[in-house]
Amino acid sequence: MPLNTNANIADQDGFYSELIESQRGLSDEDAALMNCKLLILLANHIGDRSVLSEALRLAAPRSPGRTAG
Amino acid sequence: MLNTYTYPIFDYVQSAEQREGIMRRHPVVVIGAGPIGLAAGLDFARRGIPTVILDDNNTVSVGSRAVCYAKRPLEILDRLGVAAPLVDKGISWKVGKVFFRDKLAYQFDLLPESDHKMPAMINLQQYYLEEALVAALEREPLADLRWKHKVTAITQHKDHATLTVETPDGAFAMEATWVVACDGANSDTRTMVGAEFTGQFFQDRFLIADVVMKADFPTERWFWFDPPFHPNQSVLLHKQADNVWRIDFQLGWDADPVEEKKPENVIPRIRNMLGEHVEFELEWVSIYQFACRRMQDFRVNRVLFAGDAAHQVSPFGARGANTGFQDIDNLGWKLKLVLDGKAPERLIDTYTEERVFAADDNLTNSTRSTDFITPKSPMSRRFRNAVLELAETVPGIRPLVNSGRLSRPTPYLNSSLNTQDSVDFKGKMKPGTNGDDAPVTVAGKPSWLLNQLGDSFTVLVFGRVPAGITIDHAGVSATILGVDDDFGDPTGLVGTRYDGQPGTTYLIRPDQHVAARWRHFDPDLIRAALARALGYEA
Repeated sequence: MPLNTNANIADQDGFYSELIESQRGLSDEDAALMNCKLLILLANHIGDRSVLSEALRLAAPRSPGRTAG
Repeated sequence: MLNTYTYPIFDYVQSAEQREGIMRRHPVVVIGAGPIGLAAGLDFARRGIPTVILDDNNTVSVGSRAVCYAKRPLEILDRLGVAAPLVDKGISWKVGKVFFRDKLAYQFDLLPESDHKMPAMINLQQYYLEEALVAALEREPLADLRWKHKVTAITQHKDHATLTVETPDGAFAMEATWVVACDGANSDTRTMVGAEFTGQFFQDRFLIADVVMKADFPTERWFWFDPPFHPNQSVLLHKQADNVWRIDFQLGWDADPVEEKKPENVIPRIRNMLGEHVEFELEWVSIYQFACRRMQDFRVNRVLFAGDAAHQVSPFGARGANTGFQDIDNLGWKLKLVLDGKAPERLIDTYTEERVFAADDNLTNSTRSTDFITPKSPMSRRFRNAVLELAETVPGIRPLVNSGRLSRPTPYLNSSLNTQDSVDFKGKMKPGTNGDDAPVTVAGKPSWLLNQLGDSFTVLVFGRVPAGITIDHAGVSATILGVDDDFGDPTGLVGTRYDGQPGTTYLIRPDQHVAARWRHFDPDLIRAALARALGYEA
């Protein structure tokens, strides 16, 4: 199954607000760690390696500012 | 420091060829009597190759060094007749604990698959392994192990190499049809033949210590990420024989190796880790830096490289010595057949083909472990910590924790020696894979499948073995073994693991890897597969 790129979240505004609320008052470091945990949990939920790879490609910077090497 | 082990000193003996000043041509000279060189000497001699093994020292490994031996290398050592006492002496742990900062994140049980002769792994100090191999070599009439023999130069010729060797009696020269260099990661032989060793150096150091516990301590493997007694680094504790425990401290790049090695600095670190109430004594301390790199080609004309001399990996997953034994397992039978003129020289090149493939698999796995244990950026550290925090409460996340994946044999799935399947099979035994062990009965007595395979090619047939048929090619014959006819399969596991239905036939190489398989016994197909497995072009 390919990555679902259609609208798929019920109550989008509610979810978005819950996401922002969940990190209100957190330090940047704590929020960053939380994002990592969130990503790991959701990745495990999805499981399908091809979907995860597609999402990684889609999320990558459009003009990558990588350091050479 | 305490000593639970007395290092043997092996006698230097001047060889007849040096004493008499006669240049001799040896079929195989092995350079280096570490675990891989010793195993090479033993494998080659048992296959009938007169083999000289040279070592510049005269004792075994100092300190525990390689401590973890996995199932496949143990099966190889069993084929060489030395596994049983090592398994008896070694320690098998089952429970592993992973700590993150100040608490236990989770614990796990290894639960290895049952009904294999060899355990999933044992922990044993390298010196015990080497001592057992030396003793076995001394019983082998075709093996000639020479201590205090240092190779200082190699000249390559079309069909042999000339070695200059220094001993306490001065220098002399010897010739070898093949040289097998097992002289470790800093191989002088590699330098002498001018071969490159490329890859990635990690900017990290590890302090490794052997300590003797004075009281009982659980036989478990403990791995700490970022513990309070050693912040931002990792620590590994596991048990070896004689109540000796091995501790690996990650030090980071800025640590001063000379300072860190001093007992007055090491002991407080260990005390902090074990707790005030645990009494111990320090036995051995060393510091190392590791790299992940390999040679492009494990053959340089007449010189073949094996073990760390050919490829070096990070220690996570115990892939150093373990893969080295598999190099030798791959090389021994090929050398024998080529030396005997029963296979084309191309068979030797498939050693590089198959073992480079395995080395790359090991490099990938050990690099992945290294990236988890020592994250290279702040964000990768966050991901690592996220996994560890989640692992405590979410069991499904635990498989992502990578504190080293135990060495497993790499199947040579794309090897040019394989004959690909023409029909579907269930299970793992694809061509190129090392054959799984399983319990069998021989004349009513319990035994093991791998012990039936012997040192030559084997045709394993499920069901009736047709009478009066021989399988050979150009002077190489395969032994035909029938499941039920030659041994019993009381648990049915041979059948299950090999998807054996009546008529199913396997061609198994002398290193116990599957070369080909079919659903029917067809002598012409088997002979063609044998020719292919001998390195003849199809």
